[in-house]
Amino acid sequence: MTDVGASVVRVAAIARQNFREAVRDRVFYNLISFTALVVGAALVFSQISIAIERELLVNLGLTAISLTSVLLAVLLGVGLVAKEIERRTLYAVLARPVARWEFLSGKFCGLAATLTVNTACMAVALLLLVATQATHTPAANLSLWPVITATYFLLLQALILVAVALLFSSFSSPLLAAIFTLALFLIGSFTQDLHGMAQLANGASRWLLVGLVGVLPDLSSFNVIAAAAHGRAIPLRLIGLNTLYAALYGGAALGAAALIFSRREMK
Amino acid sequence: MTEPAIAIEGLAKEYSSGLWGRRRAALSPLHLSVQRGEVFGFLGPNGAGKTTTLKLLLGLIAPSAGTARILGMDFRDPRVKSRIGFLPEQPYFYDHLSASELLIYFAALSGMPAQVRRERAGAMLRRVGLADTGKLPLRKFSKGMLQRVGLAQAILHDPDVVFLDEPMSGLDPLGRMEVRDIIRELRADGRTVFFSTHILSDAEALCDRVAILDRGELCGVSSLEALTREVSGRVELVWTGNGRTTEIPFGVAAMAPETGTTGESARAIVAEAVSERALDSLQLAGMRLVSLTPVRLSLEEYFMARLRATRVSAEQADPQDNAILPREVARAAAAGAIR
Repeated sequence: MTDVGASVVRVAAIARQNFREAVRDRVFYNLISFTALVVGAALVFSQISIAIERELLVNLGLTAISLTSVLLAVLLGVGLVAKEIERRTLYAVLARPVARWEFLSGKFCGLAATLTVNTACMAVALLLLVATQATHTPAANLSLWPVITATYFLLLQALILVAVALLFSSFSSPLLAAIFTLALFLIGSFTQDLHGMAQLANGASRWLLVGLVGVLPDLSSFNVIAAAAHGRAIPLRLIGLNTLYAALYGGAALGAAALIFSRREMK
Repeated sequence: MTEPAIAIEGLAKEYSSGLWGRRRAALSPLHLSVQRGEVFGFLGPNGAGKTTTLKLLLGLIAPSAGTARILGMDFRDPRVKSRIGFLPEQPYFYDHLSASELLIYFAALSGMPAQVRRERAGAMLRRVGLADTGKLPLRKFSKGMLQRVGLAQAILHDPDVVFLDEPMSGLDPLGRMEVRDIIRELRADGRTVFFSTHILSDAEALCDRVAILDRGELCGVSSLEALTREVSGRVELVWTGNGRTTEIPFGVAAMAPETGTTGESARAIVAEAVSERALDSLQLAGMRLVSLTPVRLSLEEYFMARLRATRVSAEQADPQDNAILPREVARAAAAGAIR
């Protein structure tokens, strides 16, 4: 087997193990239950809001999916490496012919698979609800594509957060990594405002804000919940750009995490 | 001549601590070699630097100085990892997995073909006596069972060198015996076993050679065979009453810290230097000497003697910081059998 082939086998094995752990983890089921509850609530609220049933349903449903995927990405993401070091399960793994970047990539892929399955399950539930409602109210019979696209963007956002969580947890404690990642998520959701502030500022503060906008993840373009709720089509160009951005930003964060992790001492 | 299985050349580790980054030596430059097929015991009290040495050899931490060769390759060479096995101290594995799932996972990481992983995992579980654990998750395993799973994963891929960190720790007598048997089997298969322990009886029962580490310093290296030849400077006298009641004459009792009687005979352990006087006392009392045997050094005595000697010379070398020993002492100890 070639070196690349052997690497792929190891990364896949770590990803599979991680996926299995997440599936058997109670946090995972708690969050799923939480989402089911919120989607159920959306259904109830939408039935009592006659004129805006679909809008409310999609809005609440997608918000629940967003919240769940962000929490899963951060809570499971910061523990990916920290838990392995704390329990010393990592020692036996790194004593095998496993490069540290392979370990990190495997962990990322495992959690990415978990988030994909989780988001897909929740999206299917929401789409079924929207489709059921559309049969009752013909006016609401709009395309489901905006909802699917919005869910896809939420998944991309969660994957960026996993990479960021891995980066922070490669040099800090899980608690600090969770705080940093959540802070970055909040700031990243308002980068357009930062951009606006940068336009208005002068001198050093302007450069500082421009620099911040460049380094912080721009997550505002991943939030198209309102557009999806109103049934507005999401431009194909945005889908392409968001996909590319997630790949580049996530890849850079993962690369930095691998670089730091490769020098980390397993005390 | 074949290269040693493990050749450690001045491997050292320092950590910085505190606000000012004060350097603290966890391992002073270590020189040591382990021959192929040898069961090598790495002994020392808690905090001696045994685990640090193992972590350095496995690339879990980076050395501050020095290098090592494992099976003739630089210890950082990725190819080394596929030929070594490692059991961490008090192993804790993914507790949501069953033993079989865990071994299949490690088999994949070791590069074993997919079609043989399950079969190999089954064989290993049978070897460590866990074949009947089925789908039981590891969180329900006892400490001893986890230790055996750890051993199974360490030898799963048929490694040439096996590193075991405190393999008997937390095991009951039966578990310890089983682990001992596995180590003996590994030796019979020609594998090199390098294990750290602070349980001297285990080392005495298993090792071809031992090294003693204290406060990051190598205090001595010895083969068990040489140890059994080494006399302790004491002799054991055994005598009978020669038709009379067997007694311990006052002259003997006064110079022997250890005496006792068993049926018709009595025994005493005295310093070799005073054995002549003890014999005179026995003769005066009319006793008949049955035997006079030099007392051999036990591993425990050797261990304690090396520890004491190193600590005393460390205090003399630097009364302010007795963790530091001249490098020459460590090097000299590593070079020979008993020093």
